[in-house]
Amino acid sequence: MNLVQHKESFKVSPSGGEAGIVIIKYNAGNIQSVLFALERIGIKAEVTDDIEKIGLADKVIFPGVGEASTAMHYLKERGLDKVLKNLKQPVLGICLGMQLMCKYSEENATDCLGIFDAQVKKFRSDSHRVQSSAFKVPQIGWNRIYDLKTDLFSGVPENSFCYFVHSYYASLGEHTIATTNYIESYSSGLQKDNFYGVQFHPEKSAEVGEQILKNFLTL
Amino acid sequence: MDKEVNKEYKSGSLSKGGFRGLTKRIIPCLDIKDGRTVKGTNFVNLRDAGDAVELGALYAQQGADELVFLDITATIEKRKTLSKLVNRIAHHINIPFTVGGGISSVDDVSVLLQNGADKISINTSAFKNPQLISDLASEFGSQCVVLAIDARQEEDGEWYVYLNGGRTKTNKICFDWAKHGVMLGAGEILLTSMNHDGTKQGFAIDLTKQLAENLPVPVIASGGGGTMQHFVDVFENGKADAALAASIFHFKEIAIPELKTFLKAKNINVRL
Repeated sequence: MNLVQHKESFKVSPSGGEAGIVIIKYNAGNIQSVLFALERIGIKAEVTDDIEKIGLADKVIFPGVGEASTAMHYLKERGLDKVLKNLKQPVLGICLGMQLMCKYSEENATDCLGIFDAQVKKFRSDSHRVQSSAFKVPQIGWNRIYDLKTDLFSGVPENSFCYFVHSYYASLGEHTIATTNYIESYSSGLQKDNFYGVQFHPEKSAEVGEQILKNFLTL
Repeated sequence: MDKEVNKEYKSGSLSKGGFRGLTKRIIPCLDIKDGRTVKGTNFVNLRDAGDAVELGALYAQQGADELVFLDITATIEKRKTLSKLVNRIAHHINIPFTVGGGISSVDDVSVLLQNGADKISINTSAFKNPQLISDLASEFGSQCVVLAIDARQEEDGEWYVYLNGGRTKTNKICFDWAKHGVMLGAGEILLTSMNHDGTKQGFAIDLTKQLAENLPVPVIASGGGGTMQHFVDVFENGKADAALAASIFHFKEIAIPELKTFLKAKNINVRL
């Protein structure tokens, strides 16, 4: 097999030259993984918390694994909350990033950015003692995404598998562009204007994830 | 890209999103020494069967759901070699992977995660210093802390925890340690039965079931998988969330696509 094969098969030339693709640096994990995933599809991105660079970028990715209130506090301290809300270029929130783009998270009762009109709630497994038929929290592993809308999912078949790791989920609503079932049906994708968010990790979701990242970069 | 599921979906034979949700995971484990895979000599289609990255990428392409890289090197240069390897893996593999072997501090983990590991697994170091589990969970989140436990069933019928790759017996009961580990913040349990490991006679069903049914985190069953039916058994009867194996994949006794097709035919929810 040829490991460099898919690097050659896809190139994006950011119209903004130097500005290009920016990954927002903040106190949440998993940021490097997104950088590496972009490199796998032949894209160079910059990890930064520089407000000017973020504003000038062609595309902004807002990743993250972590805890909502700590992350929001960090963003507010640096004025990144206002910057994020006012971006006009395509923005992709991933996992915690997507949740922070919602209105409110039950995780330590956190007021979030309020871009998507959705509430973030905790999965409720039916008891502490988990029976085989019950659900474990966090959800860890591969689950399906369906009712796919917008060009973010171009070429992605209904019911494709994506990799999820999360204890909190965004409810269904007018901004839902992908749905997943775990305990109940929830938003695995959200979109409003130039803002997109996915609950799963496209950077870890094999070919399906790569397709979604490529789609985002060509929006 | 998942054409079969899409076809089923369109034909209406699969409900929207599937009622069964999360799939059972198949996880090949690669033993690494000095940056290279130890097992895996039977791969004719690889340019370098010893290259962990290439072998891992092959498994990912074949439909492995995750990978575990277990470092068995014992030198002082180890950490540097391992972090370099992890960095290469992260640049080439598009599914989640766990790194384990000799990890004993928050700093060790920080380096590995920065180089692109998704999860780390800890075993002896966590048993000797349980505080490590809570330190890692609060620093990086439970989702990246896998507690690996090697257990052996003794004549008294109890499963005891063993350390140092199975060389050192403890008086701790496996279930008690697993429960304690989860309480401290472990996000998954990687359970290996020493009685079954290497026998190819099937997984430890009862022990796996005890942990899987009573702990609120996923349990990865390891040790004993020899036939495809063994995987059906560990998912159906053992209630495992994932199953790990090494040599049967390395020596091509079972191919991952074939295994997943078999599991699906047995009504086990897998990503195919």
